[in-house]
Amino acid sequence: MSMTMTEKILAAHSGRNHVKPGEIIKARLDLVVCHDATTPPTLVLLEKYGVKHVFDPSKVVVTPDHFVPNKDIQTAQNLSWIRRWVKQTGIQHFYDIGRHGICHALVPEEGFVRPGMVVVAGDSHAPTMGAFGTFATGVGSTDLAVALATGEIWFKVPHSLLFHLRGPLPPGVYAKDIILYIISKIGVAGATYQAMEYTGDTLATLSMEARMTICNMAIEAGGKSALMPADDVTRDYLHERMQEPYEVVRSDPGAEYAGIYDIDVSQLEPIVATPYLPSNGKFIGEVAGTPLDQVYIGSCTNARIEDLRVAAQILKGNKVAPGMRLLIVPATTRIWNQALQEGLIEIFAAAGAVVSSATCGACFGGHIGVVDKDERCLSTTNRNFRGRMGHPEAQVYLASPATAAASALTGVITDPRDVLPSKT
Amino acid sequence: MPPVTQSHHQIVRGRAHVYTRPHINTDEILPGRYLALTDASEMARHAMETIDPGFSQKVRPGDILVAGEDFGAGSSREHAVWALKETGLAAIIATSFARIFFRNAINNGFLVIECRGVADTTQCGDELEIDLSAGTIQNLTREVVHSFPPLSDFVREILAAGGLLPLVFGEPRNPEV
Repeated sequence: MSMTMTEKILAAHSGRNHVKPGEIIKARLDLVVCHDATTPPTLVLLEKYGVKHVFDPSKVVVTPDHFVPNKDIQTAQNLSWIRRWVKQTGIQHFYDIGRHGICHALVPEEGFVRPGMVVVAGDSHAPTMGAFGTFATGVGSTDLAVALATGEIWFKVPHSLLFHLRGPLPPGVYAKDIILYIISKIGVAGATYQAMEYTGDTLATLSMEARMTICNMAIEAGGKSALMPADDVTRDYLHERMQEPYEVVRSDPGAEYAGIYDIDVSQLEPIVATPYLPSNGKFIGEVAGTPLDQVYIGSCTNARIEDLRVAAQILKGNKVAPGMRLLIVPATTRIWNQALQEGLIEIFAAAGAVVSSATCGACFGGHIGVVDKDERCLSTTNRNFRGRMGHPEAQVYLASPATAAASALTGVITDPRDVLPSKT
Repeated sequence: MPPVTQSHHQIVRGRAHVYTRPHINTDEILPGRYLALTDASEMARHAMETIDPGFSQKVRPGDILVAGEDFGAGSSREHAVWALKETGLAAIIATSFARIFFRNAINNGFLVIECRGVADTTQCGDELEIDLSAGTIQNLTREVVHSFPPLSDFVREILAAGGLLPLVFGEPRNPEV
């Protein structure tokens, strides 16, 4: 019987030959990801129920990212607690400060993700890892406690939506623009409890980083997960990072979808999502010229090395506009170091940017660029709900790193195609 | 029949607090700056702060929150559920829920019901009566009744146990933690 990728992966992980949407199953987990914001309450719960172990320390990755380096005494205490727990349970994959990174960027780059896995993280942007053809989803601290203790959690098998991406990305248009466009069409509840599956000829032209950007924002459409089938690009990325065998999972030709969407990527333009919903994506012409106070290039959506290179290309030899605060936050320590090696940090500094160590930072209003009343920030992050980045009366606009860099130079929302060096 | 516990009474009656705007999200229910907290009563002080700073002061134990579409959109932060539950709310009725929030609520034995129409016909202060076995929500103040599809057996099992952890692990070893 025909199944989607999601159904196949969940069937395989629950000892079944076949599952269909709506069924409740208990799935064996291949990987559990923890960070500093949702793990402390999980530790309280594990202690409450007398659970002193984790199901398999080799399948747990812990990387603090939200409030790091320690923002205050409370977060310092939380991290000390996580350190004690990691030691007590024998978890080896602990990326302490100096090796840390935003979990959804670090976990794939360290080679932990393979096609066909089931992954949970204590964070809603886990679908990022679906770029590798995995079923990856975000859970709260209670589910995280059960996942850590038992290595299994219950799922209701989601319906799948299929997104056909056709045509190449035009110059100045990037993966971020694709996902902002999709969410603008289907809405923030357009994929509620569904798996967003991607196919089409555009995929082969996208790097793994670009695919992660698209999969990352599944939750902004309400999606349970996002999946792209593994191909040669995936294989090359994995080959550099790990040796473990894997099996590529593809949807059957007769698989059933709850909805099918066709997107002509070649017709897209840069998109900016205006306050206060990630679904408020508009073509850049509609919002260009809006004055900004801050530009933030960071987050698990868009702060990998390719994003930083695009930003550097635009910023090189230029300076940010007077009064503009440009914050650049590479997603992991590894990426930060690579940016340093490639001369990108020097370009950023010369342009007048502030470059931080890796953290989720201002994306969720934590630190490193929290905004004041009536301030406007254009960011490469994933949410612009009221109060997301700080004051409830601040305004956050979501866009690609190219749009962000271009806007930092002019001080207003700017079409990156106006400032990008001509293609060589 | 699963045993009826405190969190699984067949009839739940309470005073309504109504917020009908769609997509009330986790940044509004419990802002990110409070994510380092681990004490639920501290979180409760900040519940719904972005939308209604006085919210936690207004809630009396047993009250019911009524919301519109896609309540709880956004983050997986369970802090949003704990903050609301700790204010004393007995249940949340929404036109629809975002799914991680819904799942987190069930995992905490917190009654969440999707029921179309309630947000449109309820005013703040109305007395509501939820009948879980009949699948009805009656507005006792306005004499309006809405029906909702029954909660699945699986969800009822988790709620009856008081949440996922009691169901999976039984009684807490260190309840005072």
